Amino acid sequence: MSIKVSNVSKSFGDFHALLDVSVEIEPGHLTAVLGPSGGGKSTLLRIIAGLETADSGHVEIEGVDVTNVPARDRGIGFVFQHYAAFTHMTVWENVAFGLKVQKTPKDRIKVRVAELLALVHLDGFAARYPSELSGGQRQRMALARALAVEPGLLLLDEPFGALDVKVRQELREWLRRLHDEVHTTTIFVTHDQEEAMEIADRIIVVNHGHIEQSGTPADLYDRPANDFVMGFLGPVTTLGGRLVRPHDIRVSTKAAAGAQRASLERVVSLGFETRIVATPEDGSDPITVQLTRNQVHELELEVGSKVYLTALADAN
Amino acid sequence: MGSKGGLGKYALRYSVLVYLAALLVAPVAMVGYRTFQHGFSPVWDALSSHDATAALKLSLLITLIAVPINIVFGIATGWLLARRRMPLPWLVDALINLPFAMSPVVVGLAVFVLYSRTGWIGTYLFSHGIPVLFTWKAMTIATIFVSLPFVVREVVPVLEELGTEQEQAAAVLGASPLQAFFRVTLPAIRWAVVYGTILTVARSLGEYGAVNIVSSNIVGQSLTLPLYVNNRVNQLDPQAAYSAGLLLAVISLLILVGMTAFSSRRRQSPNGSA
Repeated sequence: MSIKVSNVSKSFGDFHALLDVSVEIEPGHLTAVLGPSGGGKSTLLRIIAGLETADSGHVEIEGVDVTNVPARDRGIGFVFQHYAAFTHMTVWENVAFGLKVQKTPKDRIKVRVAELLALVHLDGFAARYPSELSGGQRQRMALARALAVEPGLLLLDEPFGALDVKVRQELREWLRRLHDEVHTTTIFVTHDQEEAMEIADRIIVVNHGHIEQSGTPADLYDRPANDFVMGFLGPVTTLGGRLVRPHDIRVSTKAAAGAQRASLERVVSLGFETRIVATPEDGSDPITVQLTRNQVHELELEVGSKVYLTALADAN
Repeated sequence: MGSKGGLGKYALRYSVLVYLAALLVAPVAMVGYRTFQHGFSPVWDALSSHDATAALKLSLLITLIAVPINIVFGIATGWLLARRRMPLPWLVDALINLPFAMSPVVVGLAVFVLYSRTGWIGTYLFSHGIPVLFTWKAMTIATIFVSLPFVVREVVPVLEELGTEQEQAAAVLGASPLQAFFRVTLPAIRWAVVYGTILTVARSLGEYGAVNIVSSNIVGQSLTLPLYVNNRVNQLDPQAAYSAGLLLAVISLLILVGMTAFSSRRRQSPNGSA
């Protein structure tokens, strides 16, 4: 389903969660809404879902204005950060809920729930209660529950935010594979740039209630619209008063025109990568550069070496 | 208990037990003893008398009306308070506690003046020939008043802890607000409702002060069980007083046992109210 958000604003008291936000989301994609907490990204998702009402502006789904359509009639699936499992129902009943409410025939429900439980690898857990599941299992159940009603649009609000790192990693890969199988238009909110970069087709960066930039992960990483996007999407360091990526700096031991002269302060070996920190002689802030182990060997770098730093031509 | 050890620990334990025995167990045990002092048949005769069964029936009638009303009202009020949809919530909250704070006699008096011939509602009712005061209706109204807070007070904290996410999840899955309430919210708070109901039943059956004032106090007609006990005491009919009193005590005991069973189940149940 395509989604069009036009000039949406939303305030909570004095706090402006969204300010005149417009964005379009293409059908079939896995889109990440990325930004720092309190930036308005969850509010945007909840307004698309109909769980929150915009103060002004419009939301269109498939070209139909749904601004005043209640959440239950929008044909969407929603996954909450804290699962929102129906605690008094078994896993089976949780997944069947949407189908039962929509008066799906009983034998059809049985087939569909079994399919979904297989899809989220919870086949053996149908009779368990949510409190008997781990966090990752609960979130998979929540996903199956959301997918049961075959939504045209799947919305996930920090779906892996409450899980530990290992489970997070597993689930995000799994979500990507699931999306490749099911192809439902999917939007997920996250504050984790790595998560967004890894699985999203497109990323919308939201900060201070407005959209900083949207595009493919590579677009945003290589051609950030501003320093905020650049800083949020990856590591940065300041060279000659400009933000650059630490791996987009050429290090030389010979003087070159326009190069920043600096003295090497620290060499941190991180396996394949070696990180060096150099203090410019003009007294500006220390610069971090990512090199490979081999580069460091070839240049014979050690603490105290004089180095000349240049931003790579293709950086920015 | 601390590690202070030996004597002090046991002294405290047993003095508390003796205190409870003297104050709570002894009086009830004494009633039990007096009731059965002359065997079972006088007890049976006393309880199966016309006046005693009439009192039991009236108590049950009032309870059967007051309790469902307070359950429905209590859940609705609790939901509005917990979901911050109640106008003047601080005032409503204080009003809900009024029956806890007010002497039941004053509650009875308030119902009395309101429904008397010169009261705001009484004037209207009397002119239309609908008697309320000194009938079971006024006694029911007084009972509803005194037993009103229990369901609300049990339900509000559980609803607040539950939060709104499950209701939102239900809505996104296509449930109407009513479906979300009956399929998701109500089952999630069911133990709180059961607990509040049990307390409401106990209070309704045991109420004395408030119903006393609005009852016509005619034996075999307008006495609830507690009023009947009092009546038998005053009429120097100890066997009937003891028997009816013990019946009330047994009902209370059953309610307590039920409550304990429910609360332990509520703690153990994996799908409990929390």
